[in-house]
Parts: sequence; structure tokens; C-alpha cells
Amino acid sequence: MDRTGHTTLAKWTADDDAAFDAAAREFAEQQGLGYIGTVPDGPGKATHVRELPRDADMVILRRPIAGG
Amino acid sequence: MEAGQALPELAAVPWRQPTDARWLRRWGRIWHAWTLLYTVPFIAAAAGMMWLEPLAAPVALAALAHAWIIPELYAFRGASVVRPKARGAQPGEEVAQGLLGDLLGHAERDLQRGTGLALERGSLGVWLVGQGGALLVTPGGGRVHCFCVAATGDELPPSDRIAHLLLALREDEAGFATVANHAFAGAPWRVRRRLPGVMRPGLDAARLAAQ
Repeated sequence: MDRTGHTTLAKWTADDDAAFDAAAREFAEQQGLGYIGTVPDGPGKATHVRELPRDADMVILRRPIAGG
Repeated sequence: MEAGQALPELAAVPWRQPTDARWLRRWGRIWHAWTLLYTVPFIAAAAGMMWLEPLAAPVALAALAHAWIIPELYAFRGASVVRPKARGAQPGEEVAQGLLGDLLGHAERDLQRGTGLALERGSLGVWLVGQGGALLVTPGGGRVHCFCVAATGDELPPSDRIAHLLLALREDEAGFATVANHAFAGAPWRVRRRLPGVMRPGLDAARLAAQ
């Protein structure tokens, strides 16, 4: 999620190693920029992920939060 | 919401005591006592002045005004955490609204579009997440805690700001409340009257959900 609303950074499938590797590199790069990986797990649930999960339907990169 | 991994942002506030139901009850009581502490003396002084010398009525009225204004200012501070930070058309807002809508259920989506607040049920109570803060209505609906918290970065569209907070809240509710700055706790009616009119149905819905 960014200033454009959101941007799709990568797409992969569990059985496409090349696409997954590219997505994992993009994920790591965004983590380096400070983004945090989150997998929405249905209503009211989300999981923080440090590595790109191969079998996830969607991973959202969110900004860190801080008290205002 | 279920307990999961700790929110990574907790590493930035290692000195803070984790916010749980007990912590919220304690701070609710402290805010209640604090409100009495700065209103009762002014009311007592006004009554005393009128009893001793009716000509002191203007001063007594000033004391009563203090007893009314100071709690109002605190409630205003609490309600201000969810006031919209950005107004007017924002670049990317339409796309961001679509993503936020995907994260919400049907009723919550409608409520968010009408009030600007995303309702989320948690173990600590019912949350209303805004662009730069969140309100927590405790179970039973008797008290509202106001938290000031925002996603880092000034350029995000309004709905994106809510989505970032919502995801963090869903990852770790207690961690979310710990990272956030507690701004106020008090009766829902005190916060409601200081909310923008368009947001009040949001608080009504949260109170209903908390009962």
C-alpha cells in the first residue's frame, strides 16, 4: 500500500519457482524499505510474515505504525 | 481476532507496559478520578462562594464554567484522534477505498463509507479505526478509550491510512494498543458530542456491538 492506493508488486503461484523467487526478492527489497509483510487471514485476522509464504493468496506490505 | 505474533513496532516502545483489559480498566478508573478531581473542587468553590456571599455570583459562575470547560477540552482531545487528517480528493483514494473495502465485511464497509471509521471487533472491545487514531469501546459499551496512532508517511490516501492501522490491529490487538498513545478515556456520550456529526453513527454502532 502506497500513495497510489496500492500497487501490485509481484504475482506468483506455488508451483512456479521463478515467479516465486522474483516475488521473494521484491518482498525482501520492500522489507528493506521498512514495509511489513501481512497476510490477511479472513475476518478480523492477519498474520505478520517475515518471509514470503509460497502458499498465501495475498501478502500486503504495510507501513509501520506509531503513536501520534 | 486471535492472538498471534507480536507486532514488530513494539520493538520501538520496549518500556511500555502491554495494554490489556486490566490496564484499560485501571486507566479508565484513573481518568474517572481525574475528572472528578478537576470538577468537584470548582463546583464546591462555586457553591461555597454563593453560600458565603451571594455578591460573589460572577466568580462562582466562572468556577462553574471551569468545571464544565476543562472536561469538555479533555473529551475534545479524545475525539480529535479520529478526526479526518486529509480533506478533499486525494490521489489514490479511490483505489485505496477499494482495498479497504475488501478488508471489511459488508456492514462494516457501509459504515466506513458513511462515517470514515472502520469498525473492528476485538478481544478488548469494539474498535473504530480512523485515519490517525482509534476509539475502543469496552465490553458493555460503558467507556471509550481514545488512542492516537497512525501509519508512518504523510502521503498516503485516507483509506490507506485506515487499512494500515486495521491490518496492524488484526495482527496483534494488544500490541496495537500498546504502540498507540492513550489520549483519553471517558463515557461514550462525552466523546460522541465532540465527534464530527458524520462520525457519531460510527460510535453508536460500536456501542451497540459492544453490548
